Amino acid sequence: MQISARHSDSTTIFDVTGDIDLANSPEVRKALMREVREKRTPRVVMNLSKVRYIDSSGVASLVEGLKASRDLNLRFILFGLSPSAREVLQLSRLLKIFEVYDNEDQALSS
Amino acid sequence: MRQRDSTGVSPASNDGFLLKLELHSDPQLLTVVRGALERLTEVFGFSPPDRRSVTRAVDEALTNIMRHCYNGRTDQPIELYCSRVPPRPSQVADGLEILLCDQGPAVDPAKFRGRRLDEIKPGGLGLHFIRQSMDTVEYQRSGNTNQFRLVKYLQPMTQSRTP
Repeated sequence: MQISARHSDSTTIFDVTGDIDLANSPEVRKALMREVREKRTPRVVMNLSKVRYIDSSGVASLVEGLKASRDLNLRFILFGLSPSAREVLQLSRLLKIFEVYDNEDQALSS
Repeated sequence: MRQRDSTGVSPASNDGFLLKLELHSDPQLLTVVRGALERLTEVFGFSPPDRRSVTRAVDEALTNIMRHCYNGRTDQPIELYCSRVPPRPSQVADGLEILLCDQGPAVDPAKFRGRRLDEIKPGGLGLHFIRQSMDTVEYQRSGNTNQFRLVKYLQPMTQSRTP
């Protein structure tokens, strides 16, 4: 799994490539928490279009990002969900809790 | 999760035996197991959503073993057996049985309840994913071994005659 960040104005986009599972979800969590809690970036966007699989620990990292964002009145957005990623969010009844878009243009124009 | 009360099983002697994997409890190996399960479930004849379900359930069960049975130690043994099983009375098609064995301490079945989903909080989702994904989820302690048994049955329309 690789995670990199693009910054522009009040937005940070994290581009994630590979599977998010127990081996690397702490890395995702750490990046998210730094962006939200320390930098307080107004809009954090997760590009998941190159993520084929997310396990429960990956979902937990996203939920932590969402909760931290809400606590600070910031926005946390996901886009590009694979069928597998969409399924785990549906199974955990979180799909409607997150702000989810199909692609980057939609996410940034929201 | 139902706790089995029968004696230990011998999956390798099962006529339907398909595959055995032995691995250390290292999270870096989860992606390797997922790759094997994706191919096996494809060959077995599952639909794409059911392939993802089986792969997800096995991945989450292995994650639970690594985190809770072995407390994050990465050098402990895990065995995974895959077998074809005949239909149960309520089913018309064969199933894929996955048996996961570890040498960690006995698991308290009360911890298999999982959490409610009406709270938005991280954690506690793995067991829920396993239950939602599989037709049968069982646990038994046999000697010094924890055995987690997962079964997913083919849908009649997609049943394959191979392997």
